[in-house]
Amino acid sequence: MTVLLFTVLTLCVLGVLSAVVLYFVAQKFKVEEDPRIDEVEKMLPCANCGGCGFAGCRNMAEALVKRDDISDLFCPAAGAEVMKAIADYLGKAAPVKEPRVATVRCGGTCEKRPRTNAFDGAKSCAVAASLYVGETGCAYGCLGYGDCVTACRFDAIHINPETGLAEVDAEKCTACGACVTACPKGVIELRKKWPKQRAIFVSCVSKDKGAVVMKACKAGCIGCGKCAKVCEFGAITIENNLAFIDSDKCRLCRKCVNECPTGSITMIGLAPLPKEPKVAPAPKAAPAAPATPAAPATEKAEK
Amino acid sequence: MKTFPIGGIHPSDNKKWSKGSAIEVMALPDVVTIPLGQHIGAPAVAKVAKGDKVLTGQLIAEAASFMSANIHSPISGTVTAVDMQPNGQGLRQMMITIKREGDEWVEDIDRSETLVKECTLEPQAIIERIKAAGIVGMGGATFPTHVKLSVPPGKKADVLIINGVECEPYLTSDYRTMLEYGERMVVGVTILKRALGVEKAYIGVENNKPDAIKHLKALVAAEQGIEVVALKTQYPQGGEKQLIAAVTGREVPPPPGLPIDVGAVVCNASTTVAVYDAVQKNKPLIERVVTVTGKQVSAPKNLLTRMGTPIASLVELAGGLPEGDVKVLNGGPMMGRAMVNLSSPVTKGCSGITILSGAEVSRDVATACIKCAKCVSACPMALEPYYLSKLSRKGAWDVVEAHNITDCIECGSCQYTCPASLPLLDYIRLGKQTVMGRIRARAAAKK
Repeated sequence: MTVLLFTVLTLCVLGVLSAVVLYFVAQKFKVEEDPRIDEVEKMLPCANCGGCGFAGCRNMAEALVKRDDISDLFCPAAGAEVMKAIADYLGKAAPVKEPRVATVRCGGTCEKRPRTNAFDGAKSCAVAASLYVGETGCAYGCLGYGDCVTACRFDAIHINPETGLAEVDAEKCTACGACVTACPKGVIELRKKWPKQRAIFVSCVSKDKGAVVMKACKAGCIGCGKCAKVCEFGAITIENNLAFIDSDKCRLCRKCVNECPTGSITMIGLAPLPKEPKVAPAPKAAPAAPATPAAPATEKAEK
Repeated sequence: MKTFPIGGIHPSDNKKWSKGSAIEVMALPDVVTIPLGQHIGAPAVAKVAKGDKVLTGQLIAEAASFMSANIHSPISGTVTAVDMQPNGQGLRQMMITIKREGDEWVEDIDRSETLVKECTLEPQAIIERIKAAGIVGMGGATFPTHVKLSVPPGKKADVLIINGVECEPYLTSDYRTMLEYGERMVVGVTILKRALGVEKAYIGVENNKPDAIKHLKALVAAEQGIEVVALKTQYPQGGEKQLIAAVTGREVPPPPGLPIDVGAVVCNASTTVAVYDAVQKNKPLIERVVTVTGKQVSAPKNLLTRMGTPIASLVELAGGLPEGDVKVLNGGPMMGRAMVNLSSPVTKGCSGITILSGAEVSRDVATACIKCAKCVSACPMALEPYYLSKLSRKGAWDVVEAHNITDCIECGSCQYTCPASLPLLDYIRLGKQTVMGRIRARAAAKK
């Protein structure tokens, strides 16, 4: 009985002594921290995706609290509403950023871009890209081994086994940019997010000349420039045999879609413009005439 | 029997397919494509434009910096294009295309067969000639030879090692070169000795080539300070650092350490013949011996080929591609690179074309690492391949750098020996490339 008693007493005394020591130590080496950091961190999504440029949400919260000007800090995962709430809480001006969405700019499905060889190495885009051109004749397109899938923290990107291409789930995508960094081919781009997931983009990143592109892929951009000519908003540029639609300038008028001879301009969530009947068989008349200014007006109202 | 001290494997050498075929001079190609970057270092700068007439042996691209190499026209004719074209791996590269017209050579090239033994040039003049001839390491690493021979101040070479090991399975181009061009090679060795000012030269040959060893021993009997060393048949005996360790017992310090730090300079056997041609005959590096081999190949061959010849025409001469799925490798099965484009050209570093059937090369399904450490004992650089591979896969670049991933010579011994069939080297190579890039970026930022 006495053994038990002594044991309990010794432990109690030790406990009390340690508590006293710890209390004074804690007082002495206290780290003063702004309590608002904890609050802001709670408001952030705590996904630690790195989309803001910081290593984690805690670092972002610290920066939000400590910096006076937070206009260049934006959490893509949380979105504008949460950023507004955080800014209100901190009494600062809310950072404004248009919502964006990751877009896979490659339309080279298994059907349109035939496989010319089989890759037997480690199933990783980075490994394949470091070794050779890929399983198809195209040196630029999606390799389909899913480095972007591994990189995504939000389960928003997947490889479609039928097409062999990466596909983004626009609802889940937070535009954190992890897939953009992970893709060794630079196929993925963060583009302006339109309502109802509408989008128009050139689904090709090949810088090869037209003939080479055509040989490798039926859906490739050959850089013919027809789309750039028809665009009224100056959104389309042709560089290195490749058309690029600037998503900030594009107004979703859809004229370029009908012009594209290879169908490499992809349209999502929009009805195609009615193709105007070819008026004159003379090809020279084409560039100036084909504008059909009827349709786009209704779509513009969305914005 | 001498060998390197750490690691190594014993793959079946498979040299029997092509070792008996004497070197055949291939007919001149009608069209050649010459990549500007076929050596380590900066790509050469094109000196010709579309429409220019060139002669065989004429300089068509000039070394862009010290760490670069000249390129000469392998045929005479007209330049039809200087543009981006896919290389063997399908990646776009700047190339010069020349269409052949006749066979006219630059005048001061000596095309006679007579062996010129005497060389009285000063060391610096020898190096200048080698540099002008655009000679690079022909064993596959394509390191510019003049850079190797220009010993930096404060360092001193005391031994020259000629790499006639050819440890890569299947390939026999160096073997045939040593047998048939042995006399030229031995003169090449004396020239290299003179350029470096060393007393002693060794010719390292694996003992699976006894006739080459015998032949070379007979040739060097009359020479001073050249010794033929028979080495154990063990892969990667022909790795530069492994060869130095096997022959001299010296250990090259880790990168940025170089063989010259231990006083050694290693030069490949075919390169030594090219050095002879350049210095004694004024002939630039425009042709090389290429082995075309494989179990299913109907007529394996060793071909003396002009640079820029499409690989498809070599394959055609060897009986064409076998039926079914095949893997065509630029190089041997261990270090060769798989090709997707057979119209790509023979380059300075192309020692062989290995054609393997799909069944021979298909990989087993990778299972989990059981930490058996076979890869660790196989690694000739004393690295931990399973660890480097795993960390590279996770993108832990700082950690793999700290664990000396840049030491890796990419010999593939780890992957060969792995009982779990893990793609170890695939990830290590990726890690090494990334870390090298980061080191370069840091160095650039410092400047």
